[in-house]
Amino acid sequence: MRSAGSRGADESAEEGVALNTASSRGQPVIRADHLDLTFQTGDGPVHALSDVSLTIGKGDFVSFIGPSGCGKTTLLRVIADLEQPTGGQISVNGVSPEQARLNRAYGYVFQAAGLYPWRTIARNVALPLEIMGYSKAERHERVARTLELVNLTGFENKFPWQLSGGMQQRASIARALAFDADILLMDEPFGALDEIVRDHLNEQLLQLWARTTKTIAFVTHSIPEAVYLSTRIVVMSPRPGRVTDVIESTLPRDRPLDIRETPEFLEIAHRVREGLRAGHSYEDA
Amino acid sequence: MGGGKTIPILVVVAAIIGIWYAATVWLNTPWQLGVYEREGRDWTASDLIVDTMAQERPVLPSPHQVAVEIWQTTAEKKVTSKRSLVYHAWITLSATLAGFAMGTVLGVVLAVAIVHNRATDRSVMPWVIASQTIPILAIAPMIIVVLNAVGLSGLLPKALISTYLSFFPVVVGMVKGLRAPEAIQLDLMRTYSASTSQVFWKLRWPHSMPYLFASMKVAVAISLVGAIVGELPTGAVAGLGARLLAGSYYGQTVQIWSALIVAALLASVLVTLVGAAGGYVSRRMGVRP
Repeated sequence: MRSAGSRGADESAEEGVALNTASSRGQPVIRADHLDLTFQTGDGPVHALSDVSLTIGKGDFVSFIGPSGCGKTTLLRVIADLEQPTGGQISVNGVSPEQARLNRAYGYVFQAAGLYPWRTIARNVALPLEIMGYSKAERHERVARTLELVNLTGFENKFPWQLSGGMQQRASIARALAFDADILLMDEPFGALDEIVRDHLNEQLLQLWARTTKTIAFVTHSIPEAVYLSTRIVVMSPRPGRVTDVIESTLPRDRPLDIRETPEFLEIAHRVREGLRAGHSYEDA
Repeated sequence: MGGGKTIPILVVVAAIIGIWYAATVWLNTPWQLGVYEREGRDWTASDLIVDTMAQERPVLPSPHQVAVEIWQTTAEKKVTSKRSLVYHAWITLSATLAGFAMGTVLGVVLAVAIVHNRATDRSVMPWVIASQTIPILAIAPMIIVVLNAVGLSGLLPKALISTYLSFFPVVVGMVKGLRAPEAIQLDLMRTYSASTSQVFWKLRWPHSMPYLFASMKVAVAISLVGAIVGELPTGAVAGLGARLLAGSYYGQTVQIWSALIVAALLASVLVTLVGAAGGYVSRRMGVRP
C-alpha cells in the first residue's frame, strides 16, 4: 500500500486492511506478499505489478477494479500460475500457485467464454472432468448439476454458436464449477455483455456464490458491478500496477438488485470512485 | 453440387468447350490446307471446319474426338484389356491412393513432431521446404531406378513419389492448424493442468480439422500428378502416365488428350471426395451450417 496516488487513499487503504483482518470470515486462501512482476518488452521493462500485498479469506468475494494496465488481470493470472512473479511471495491454499494448479484448486473464467466450438454445451462442461479423469457416470451427474446451477438445463446438446453471448458465458462458468475447486477466478467475465444481461448474470452469480461457499476473485472495470458483488473491493492503479485501496463492503450478503439505489451502496461506490481517481495519474488523463 | 453451383459450372464448361472448338479449327488449319493443296481440290469454309475436326493426328483434337476415344476405351473395352482406360486409370489411382495415404500420415506425424519439439521445428522444417524445391521430374526417374535395383517395382515406387509430393501440403497445413488454438484456449488447458497429450487430443487435433482437409485436397490432387510422373520413366508399361508417353511416341494426340481428360476427371472426383469427407466431419463437429 505504499506510494499511493494521494495521502487520502493511503489512509483508506490502511483502514481497509485493518477492517479486513477484523472481519475475515475464514482462513486465508490466497496470500500475496510484496508481489512484483516486471515484463521485459522491446520498449523496456513494464511494471505490471509493484509491491502488491493482500490476503483473501475463505468464502470472500473479492473484486479487483482499476483502469486498464493496472495489473488486475496480471494479478489473477499470477494466482492461477499463468504468469510468474519476478519478486515477492504468493501462496494459494497454503502452497505455491503451481502446486495449487496441479491440485486443481481453482476454476478460471476468462473474458471470452472460450467454449470449444466442436463440443456441445454438455461436452464443454465435461471437458475439465474428462481431463481430470472423472468416471462417465460422475461426469454425467456433474454436468447436469452445474448446468442447472447456471440455468442452462435443456441446452445440453446445443453447440455454442446456437447460444447467446450471455448463455455462452454462463456455460463457461458451469465449466469452471464442474469440478470441486473451491476458488473461482473470474477475469472480466461479463465485460463483453450488454448491461441488462450483465445485471441478470450478476444476480445469478451472487446466488451461486451463496449456494456454493466458494472463494471468488473477480476482475472488473465496472464500479457498480464491483460494489454489488463483493465483500471486498481492491482498487488498483496503473504504471506501476499497484493496490491503492481495499474497501470492505458493509452491504448485507443478501443483495437484491435494487440495493444499488440505497445510500449505503452509493457511498461505497463513491469511495471506489475516489480511490480510482486518486490512483489515476493526471498527466495521461 | 447443388446450392446454385450447377449453372455457373455448366457455363464455364460450355465456355471451355467453345474455346476448345475454336482452337481446334485454328491450330489444325495449316495442316488441312496442305492436304487440300496436295490433293488439288477446292474447299469451302464449312469443309475446312468439318475436316479440321476429323483429322487422324491433329495438333489439337476436337472435344468430340476425345469424347469418342474415351467412350471407346472405357465403355467398349473390357476393364482387363490393356487398351482400356479404366484399366490404366485404376493402375494410376491405386498408386495415387497409396501415396496419398502415406503422404498424409507422414505429413501429420511430421507436423506433430514439429509443433511439440523445438529441435524438430528447427531441424526438419528447412528440409521439408528444401525437398519441394527439387523438380519432381528430375528426382522421379532416380527413385524408380534405385528402387528397381533393390527389387522394388510396380505400385510402391510410384506411390513413394506421390508421398514425396503430398506430404508437403499436409505438413505445412497441419503445423499451422495445430498451432491455431488461441491463447485463451491453451490457458484454459493449463488451468486444468492438462497433459501434453490431453492438449493434443482435446484441443489441437480437433481444432486443426479444417486445416487437415484443406491440405488433403491439395495433397490428393498432387498425389495423382506424382503417380503419373512416376509412370513416365518405367518405359510406358501401364497407367495414365504410360498412355501419355505412348501417345506422344506415336503422335497419338487423341490418346494423349483422352488420358489427360481422364486424369483431370479423376483428380476432380478425388478432390470432391476429400471435400465431402471434410464436410461430413465438420457437420459432425457442429460447425455452423
